[in-house]
Amino acid sequence: MSKVKYILGHFDDPDVMMSGIDKLQKSNISIEDVFTPFPIHGIENKLGVKRSRLPIAAFCFGITGTITAFTMIYYMLVVDWPMNIGGKPAFAFPDFIPVMFELTVLFAAYGMVFTFFYANHLFPGRAPRVMDLRATNDRFVIAIDASSNDINSVDSVLKEAGAIEIKHNERKYISYDEE
Amino acid sequence: MSSHSESIIREPLITGQAISYSQITEDVCAPVERMPSKAWWIGFSIAVAGLVLWLIAVSYTFWNGIGAWGLNKTVGWAWDITNFVWWVGIGHAGTLISAILLLFRQNWRNSINRSAEAMTIFAVICAASFIVAHMGRPWVAYWPLPLPNQFGSLWVNFNSPLVWDVFAISTYFSVSLVFWYTGLLPDIATIRDRAQGLRRRIYSIMSFGWNGSVKTWQRFETVSLILAGVSTPLVLSVHTIVSFDFATSVIPGWHTTIFPPYFVAGAIFSGFAMVLTLLLIARKVLGFENYITMAHIESMNKIIILTGSIVGVAYGTEFFIAWYSGVEYEQYAFINRATGPYWWAYWSMITCNVISPQLFWFKKIRTSVTATWILSIFVNIGMWFERFVIIVTSLHRDYLPSSWAMFYPTWVDVSIFIGSLGLFFTLFLLFLRVLPAIAMAEVKLLLKGSSEQSKRKLIEHGHVALPEGYDGSIEVTGSKN
Repeated sequence: MSKVKYILGHFDDPDVMMSGIDKLQKSNISIEDVFTPFPIHGIENKLGVKRSRLPIAAFCFGITGTITAFTMIYYMLVVDWPMNIGGKPAFAFPDFIPVMFELTVLFAAYGMVFTFFYANHLFPGRAPRVMDLRATNDRFVIAIDASSNDINSVDSVLKEAGAIEIKHNERKYISYDEE
Repeated sequence: MSSHSESIIREPLITGQAISYSQITEDVCAPVERMPSKAWWIGFSIAVAGLVLWLIAVSYTFWNGIGAWGLNKTVGWAWDITNFVWWVGIGHAGTLISAILLLFRQNWRNSINRSAEAMTIFAVICAASFIVAHMGRPWVAYWPLPLPNQFGSLWVNFNSPLVWDVFAISTYFSVSLVFWYTGLLPDIATIRDRAQGLRRRIYSIMSFGWNGSVKTWQRFETVSLILAGVSTPLVLSVHTIVSFDFATSVIPGWHTTIFPPYFVAGAIFSGFAMVLTLLLIARKVLGFENYITMAHIESMNKIIILTGSIVGVAYGTEFFIAWYSGVEYEQYAFINRATGPYWWAYWSMITCNVISPQLFWFKKIRTSVTATWILSIFVNIGMWFERFVIIVTSLHRDYLPSSWAMFYPTWVDVSIFIGSLGLFFTLFLLFLRVLPAIAMAEVKLLLKGSSEQSKRKLIEHGHVALPEGYDGSIEVTGSKN
């Protein structure tokens, strides 16, 4: 039994799983992570996951885009080569706005998405750190570290909470290379 | 979300009795996991034939120059820009569904957003091909970019809407692509975890290592919301800027302030028509009737009535303002549209865009798959004519009667347009083969709250008090009354 690394409680219903989290927490069992096929709203608060700071990143990238666009256009049309177009001023700010807006959106979108990929270590070819294959299909999987908890009591709490399957994984993640 | 039950009065977004989470996975993955059907091969062959035609016609244009088209010195823009605006407009519905409807919390978008976004991306690719082709010398297509150059660094003119358009279209394409692909990650992971061998390897690379942990989903949702937030003004800006290409000129018929809202409404109008044209066939062939239900079709038809009516009012306003302006040339441009040599194009536009969508006021028509499909084709045709009318009829009789001319398309014009449809359908059919056409994760989210079975369960278990005279039946073919 000491070879068991992770205990996985499988649920087939997100609400049952949510009450399962409550029961585990009441029994002082710490939850490593939860893997679900779709986002479960409200789970962050239960597990004490902090609010994402990605919106701040998006704002910073966006404002960078605005400044980049303005600086670029200002340099090109006003500083480097001002053109006389019907005697109108070279610094025609309203005409700068469309491109400033587009670059704001472009920088915000790409900056935020790449920050997200970086923070979650998502990139093409990354070995998936998946504990159970059905967690991307129809199972809601609570993962519990076996070394810091008593396996038998975890099993009984999970069973009581309505887990339809309990797995004892000897490896942390599934190997995608075998098979 | 999962524990929240929606009112039984609202029409269910997932029909069927025994739908489970794994059933959704099975149904959505089936077209990707099985061998392609005969219908797919037939469609794909036709599409590739169109693609070949496109390659021939575009190559011919590049080799011979745009003299191969029917343009002349009076009509300098015709099918090229008509097709460009038509394709960009079609793309707009995808962003409306994925971004604007997300901000408005319209859950019915969940089962159609994936394919609509794919449509956006492929439509913008087709649109961009016309931009590059109409430049005549595609090998200098980088000239609209603000790059240091050999002309003493004479920069591009940022006062020009054509330069804004370069930025708008490329930003639109890039942001749509990243929005679409980020949304695909969890679904690609689902296919990965069901696949074996080489398929698993390929989908594993494409899944970026997605694992569905709490933090991943939390950030994913934040990213989706903010991308929706920035895409919403983006999509409005794109067609606004496309309309500026015309509106900032001094051509009678183009120089109007109504263009931005009118173009945006027209874009959404044509885009929803194309979504319906594609999805009505896809849902049947791929067996998605439980996920893309009559409620979805009806909702889209309602948007078509709304935007079609806005477009109709815009046509009327244009006429009124032309008269009211007192400008002779402006008045002539509009009289000439309706009664000049291109009268047939104008009245085709009015019939297809203003009259035919009004049929959707009849519930029988807007809940009929056949009628909807036929009318969606009408709208596609009408919106093509709209752009043709705006561009060609405004140009062909300019200020100087001695330079009046007609535009006649050559075989190259026609082939590039038909060929672009081939390009579009080739890409779309390949998409249906390799990627899930319905956002599984988002549809699963609705199963417990908004499905037919969950609502029936609520009634059976007596969780809801039925209003007097209501027998507890749930209408799934029609809509809420």
